[in-house]
Amino acid sequence: MAYACAIGTRNHRFADLRELLAKASPPRSGDQLAGIAAASAVERMAARMCLADVPLATFLGEPLIPYETDEVTRLILDSHDAAAFAEISALTVGDFRDWLLADTTDSATLARVAPGITPEMAAAVSKLMRNQDLILVASKCRVVTRFRNTIGLPGHLAVRLQPNHPTDDPKGIAASMLDGLLYGCGDAVVGVNPAGDNLQAIISLLHMLDEVRSRFDIPTQTCVLTHVTSTLQAIEQGAPVDLVFQSIAGTEKANAAFGVSLALLREARDAALSLARGTLGDNVMYFETGQGSALSADANFGVDQQTCEARAYAVAREFKPLLTNTVVGFIGPEYLYDGKQIIRAGLEDHFCGKLLGVPLGCDVCYTNHAEADQDDMDTLLTLLGTAGVTFIMGVPGADDIMLNYQSTSFHDALYLRALLGLRRAPEFEAWLEKMQVTDAAGRLLRGPSPPLLAAVGALGIGD
Amino acid sequence: MTDMKSADPWQALRRFTSARIGLGRAGASLPTAEILRFGLAHAEARDAVHLALDVTALEAALRTRHGPGLVVHSRAPNRASYLLRPDLGRRLDDASAALISQAAGQPPQGHDLAFAIADGLSALAVQRHAPALLDALRPLLPPDWTLAPPVIAVQGRVALGDEIGERLCARMLVMLIGERPGLSSPDSLGAYLTWDPRVGRSDAQRNCVSNIRPEGLDYPAAAKKIAWLLTENRRLQLSGVGLKERSDLLA
Repeated sequence: MAYACAIGTRNHRFADLRELLAKASPPRSGDQLAGIAAASAVERMAARMCLADVPLATFLGEPLIPYETDEVTRLILDSHDAAAFAEISALTVGDFRDWLLADTTDSATLARVAPGITPEMAAAVSKLMRNQDLILVASKCRVVTRFRNTIGLPGHLAVRLQPNHPTDDPKGIAASMLDGLLYGCGDAVVGVNPAGDNLQAIISLLHMLDEVRSRFDIPTQTCVLTHVTSTLQAIEQGAPVDLVFQSIAGTEKANAAFGVSLALLREARDAALSLARGTLGDNVMYFETGQGSALSADANFGVDQQTCEARAYAVAREFKPLLTNTVVGFIGPEYLYDGKQIIRAGLEDHFCGKLLGVPLGCDVCYTNHAEADQDDMDTLLTLLGTAGVTFIMGVPGADDIMLNYQSTSFHDALYLRALLGLRRAPEFEAWLEKMQVTDAAGRLLRGPSPPLLAAVGALGIGD
Repeated sequence: MTDMKSADPWQALRRFTSARIGLGRAGASLPTAEILRFGLAHAEARDAVHLALDVTALEAALRTRHGPGLVVHSRAPNRASYLLRPDLGRRLDDASAALISQAAGQPPQGHDLAFAIADGLSALAVQRHAPALLDALRPLLPPDWTLAPPVIAVQGRVALGDEIGERLCARMLVMLIGERPGLSSPDSLGAYLTWDPRVGRSDAQRNCVSNIRPEGLDYPAAAKKIAWLLTENRRLQLSGVGLKERSDLLA
């Protein structure tokens, strides 16, 4: 069905919901690349005005990508909770923004309604929201997950320790891992992106990470971020797999380009659950996403990249992940051109994920071919901290020497904690205090941690 | 002064990795010297992205051992459009398409393997490492394989190799391409292997060996991996996630 909005003497027409959403999106290079962005600033506002009047229920009746040909659409519609939706079913997209911002819409309300919200509804309302709206509403959302610790409590921020090494050298990885632990990072996960997909090397890494974790009884989880089929093979060979990692996207075809399907993700989750390694909970999945992945696989079907991204969170939600993060600036300037676009996308992704009930973190990051720098990352990091982001990355000095991009550092996490008073996962924070890394307030102690420094020798990386 | 910042007593660990560890801190933040060191590295990486490929020098470096090359351009006329329009970097411009088709012969004789070498996001990586990597790789390939002339591509992306391979009627294609420059590695080379290259192949249908440079995966190790993968690609007649990399099993 077509949509129209008159501004002055000009009547702006939009052929369908897909076009309306795309043209209502804040400007970004990826939508321009796809040829679906608004042609002018006024057309963009016309689309937003039109979108504001669309009833939320319309999104249930007009799938952006056909139900018959896309399993993500089927997942979204088949798993939609009509009872949870009832509370907001009479609202338009514009009303929905007002409702989300209302003082009476509290954390409990948002949690109750989340299963009734589809990614398209979340994406649509985000397009009418300013950055401060995205921050404020996200800060009201609570998503708590557990494996060996508790992630997502109010006033808390977790950090994924990312000790990558360009050749997967175990000593190099262990050195970065220790550095991160000594800086109080690693409660979300200690997660390595392997340089290769060699199965035996991946299994060795899994054993190494698990050995350090168990030697010091660290209340956290470890992960090697390899393809889900490799992790399945590792599980078959008896490797200690805490979390199953996979990159996911918002359409069936884009997931196929990643070499995955919903059935494969289900199989992997079942395999991880069968190991029963979580002590506090059974959130065993770790997903990564990012705007632009569908278009880059030629699998966006005319849907704007932010809406495709929100659909990836519906995929994530289905598998009850411990962690999901948008790798917001990793994909490059053809999708998010500069600091302004990266910042906006990071806030949108975090908002949409949280609204849907997904434990969203953000890899606050950029590449060297984007028009962005560390100042932009400081801005996004600070905004996400106020929005209650579940976790961020901790990369030594913010420089990932394997993936060749800049993220956030152990120091950045300390900055955010000092500024906003954010605590670590409680079990991990207690461990840090016991290990004499931090004081009772969670601040780094000035002196070294004798137990962890002793690890330098124990790990075979000392003199 | 010493009270204003604190050093990390585990700096000895720095010899195990080039990661920025043991940096010390001023309060919770980075010391000034580290802020400046990082800023300089970023400046170098930014400059690397915009450095143009020296085609003449690369062609000369390849000519002796690998024969004369074909020089092609993608449809991206310059770096700015290359960065914003990846679709242009994945297709040959008209003149280049004709050049490759002509080189393939009429009818095309076909080749077991073709190499494409593209600037990607770091011409520096290609310039420094592609000839040496090819030198290390060639002796490891089965002697009966027929090789197409090497193709040097300007403003090229990984998938440009699909069109090159298809037009050359190559059964397999290896794309050597400059990876996005990192702060510590402005010159990292990637190798993407595609069985039966055709326009429209997805990344899941490729095998990748990345971070090829002396400080990362060195030439002999990278060559061994690539040779093993190519042999398996050919044996299984596929590439990508269907083939898990187990080159450690290679005797």
